[in-house]
Amino acid sequence: MINLNIEKSLFGSSGQMNLEMNLHIKQGEFIVLTGVSGSGKTTFLRILAGLEKIDSGFIKVNENVWVDTTMNKSALLPQKRNIGYLFQDYALFPNMSVLKNLTFAKDDKNFALSLLELVGLEELKDTMPSQLSGGQKQRVALCRAMISKPQILLLDEPLSALDLDMRNKLQEDIKLFHEKFNTTTIMVSHDPSEIYKLSSRVLLLEQGKVIKDGTAKEVLLKTSGSQKFSFEGELLEIYQADILNIAVVSIGSQLVKVVLDSSQAKELQVGDKVNISTKAFSPTISKV
Amino acid sequence: MFDLDFEPFLVSFKLAFYTTSILFVLCVPFAWYLSQTKSKIKPALEALTALPIVLPPTVIGFYILFALSVNSPIGIFFEETFGIKLVFNFTSLVIASCFYSLPFMVQPLQAAIQNMPKSLIEASYICGKNNFQTICYVILPNIKPAVVTAVVTTFAHTIGEFGVVLMVGGSIPGETKVASIAIYEFVELLDYESAHIYSFFMISISFAVLFCVYYFNYKQRAKYD
Repeated sequence: MINLNIEKSLFGSSGQMNLEMNLHIKQGEFIVLTGVSGSGKTTFLRILAGLEKIDSGFIKVNENVWVDTTMNKSALLPQKRNIGYLFQDYALFPNMSVLKNLTFAKDDKNFALSLLELVGLEELKDTMPSQLSGGQKQRVALCRAMISKPQILLLDEPLSALDLDMRNKLQEDIKLFHEKFNTTTIMVSHDPSEIYKLSSRVLLLEQGKVIKDGTAKEVLLKTSGSQKFSFEGELLEIYQADILNIAVVSIGSQLVKVVLDSSQAKELQVGDKVNISTKAFSPTISKV
Repeated sequence: MFDLDFEPFLVSFKLAFYTTSILFVLCVPFAWYLSQTKSKIKPALEALTALPIVLPPTVIGFYILFALSVNSPIGIFFEETFGIKLVFNFTSLVIASCFYSLPFMVQPLQAAIQNMPKSLIEASYICGKNNFQTICYVILPNIKPAVVTAVVTTFAHTIGEFGVVLMVGGSIPGETKVASIAIYEFVELLDYESAHIYSFFMISISFAVLFCVYYFNYKQRAKYD
């Protein structure tokens, strides 16, 4: 459905870099872009939306050329691309009520109301955006993005500012819309559980290039071979207790202690990224 | 005192009304362009826009007089084509005032558009709206305080102008004799009583106008906080 091969030089987290993407995206895929910040994820979404120019290359969607730098023609305007875009800061128009925000995108009041009903917000149709919570705002923005029945839905870390419960609710809504309207969805996300729940394909970006392309399991699961589980963490401290060397490692928001042998203790330094895994024992799991 | 001639005030208000309307229509697209452009000529355009703030009004008046006089190409063109003279009449006052009050209209609008979240403008594009629709439905309604500030200060500034009007308009009663010129003439004639009344009027009107702007902006801010 989408064929693209694009290049753009930009300033990333470590200075000048080249965004180089060569992708084929199938109709109905749910793609998640992940990777450290500054790796070019948002820029890629903005290029697809037509909000950012490319240096060279092409984007074709269902045989329609959106941009092709070899042809002497300017890129298709964002207005003409029939896409939905969810911004990190919601970008609801403060001067319009919830319903007006939707009908501004497409003047179809009945469909607007039915979308609001799907996310459980039909009661708030006359409310102004400033009176909504973050989660409500993003659901309204999602409905606004869907009202023109876009062929491609672009989501730029839409849930990063929300708390866990609201995230879960919105993940359901996004999934519902993706399936119900059979859109092709491309989302930027950092949250592994979100990626796992929603994606059909994950692209891991580094320095503007796709370094891994596969299912969430293939890209995100860190275990290899006979490893039972494996976590990445940051080494915070190494100290001696009697004859043992103990490392304190932070994994996510948790701290764990691991025993090191003396050669490892010499090799590792505070601040190192480390991988903690086990092979011999089965981890036990219990509900907290 | 009530047999005083209030025509100069009417001329002032008429002039301010025309100037403000013309500038608003011209400056909204111009402020939009300045806020969005990445062109290298932007600083030059901004500097030109701000010039009337630093220049003595007589300089602006002098060049406008020079450019529009019956001996200049523009003056000759208008004289021969439309049969109108561009100096020492009301039209010339409006043209001169538009230059003189330009920064007061452009600057607040440009600053407000630049301060708007970029995503709102982009969201409007993605909703399928062109620049004109985006300006009308998304930008102007969301920068109301700046619009009010721009319109009202342009209006008030035009009422308060003196030097440009003196240079370009002369002092033709009912045509180019505005309130500020009238006060100047009263003082020259040592008619201090009339000068007092006119001046008091000017102060009252100006204060009332500015108070309304600040009060409106204060209310608007309270609404969004």
